[in-house]
Amino acid sequence: MSLKAFHIVFIIFSTGLAFGSGMWCLWVRRVSDAPNYLFGAIFSFAVALALIVYGCWFWRKMKRLRLIR
Amino acid sequence: MEIPYTVTARPDTGLWNAKVGIWLFLASEVMLFGGLFSAYIFLRLDAQPGYWPHGLLNVPVGTFNTAILIVSSVTVVLAWAALKMRQFVRYKVYMALTILCGIVFLVVKLGYEWPQKYDHFGAYIKPSALEKYEKYLGNKHLLAEGLAPRLEITGHLHNREALHDPNIKDYEVALDPVYTDPTNPQMDRPHFLYVPPTDKIGVIEKADVERATMFIPTHNTYFASYFTITGLHGLHVLAGVLVFIYMWLPASTRLYRQNPEHLANRVEVAGLFWHFVDLVWIFVFPLFYLL
Repeated sequence: MSLKAFHIVFIIFSTGLAFGSGMWCLWVRRVSDAPNYLFGAIFSFAVALALIVYGCWFWRKMKRLRLIR
Repeated sequence: MEIPYTVTARPDTGLWNAKVGIWLFLASEVMLFGGLFSAYIFLRLDAQPGYWPHGLLNVPVGTFNTAILIVSSVTVVLAWAALKMRQFVRYKVYMALTILCGIVFLVVKLGYEWPQKYDHFGAYIKPSALEKYEKYLGNKHLLAEGLAPRLEITGHLHNREALHDPNIKDYEVALDPVYTDPTNPQMDRPHFLYVPPTDKIGVIEKADVERATMFIPTHNTYFASYFTITGLHGLHVLAGVLVFIYMWLPASTRLYRQNPEHLANRVEVAGLFWHFVDLVWIFVFPLFYLL
């Protein structure tokens, strides 16, 4: 596996982590009723979205530069 | 003597040699970290109720370090792409950013997170004395809620000499927030932002304590696992940073002038290692900080 392919795998895992962190924040908010965790959840989901956008951008850039066939 | 297949692919494997080498090495690393993660999971599953702490680590700091590693994986792949496009100045900038990210990660880990643990104290109360400390532990309330009991009182140890002086009979502890109002779920861990110990002092008789230490590896299996895995991961980050520094130094300029594709291949191999190290952290963070 090349670096670019491993990078995409890594971004997929990172996106999963960001999404999971968001779910964790929602769970803690439900249990302890602490409002701060809602901001944490929104932030985590925003990061997950940003990582998806970045992953697509990276894929297209690598194709454009012919670093991915 | 020139080492063969550093740039062109070997006919029988279809890969240049260093790539085969790094993947064999990463396979052994998977087994190393896989064994440690398995040990952690089994220790946790087998822990008696109340003996496995949760919410002790500083989540915002862990999140910051996670973000730093994700950014560093982006910069290292951009450094490699810059080399492939023969943009050496851009390569140097991205590589410097990667090195900076690695150093920041290590400084936060070794300069802030670990020392914070060494400065925190925990005392496991003997089962026979739990009733005596009910005002701190709130176990009757937890029992009614169907939750695991609290067996440990934590905070900042005021009389640190009590750890070594047998003539001192009590631990004086500036209590963590949860022990000042143990029935209030908002005071319980985890905290969204770091909350320091309160001003309220709890006095714990040594005779009532099963074991008491600072948050060091011998404190409990949780901290033994935490320091082993994050310490080993930190060593890998340090190794990656040292390799990147070597690839940033003038030696890389000489190699770039001689054979830019060879340098690009070296950066790709180092980048694969770095991505693996970052991927390990993607598992460390939720296991230790969130769950």
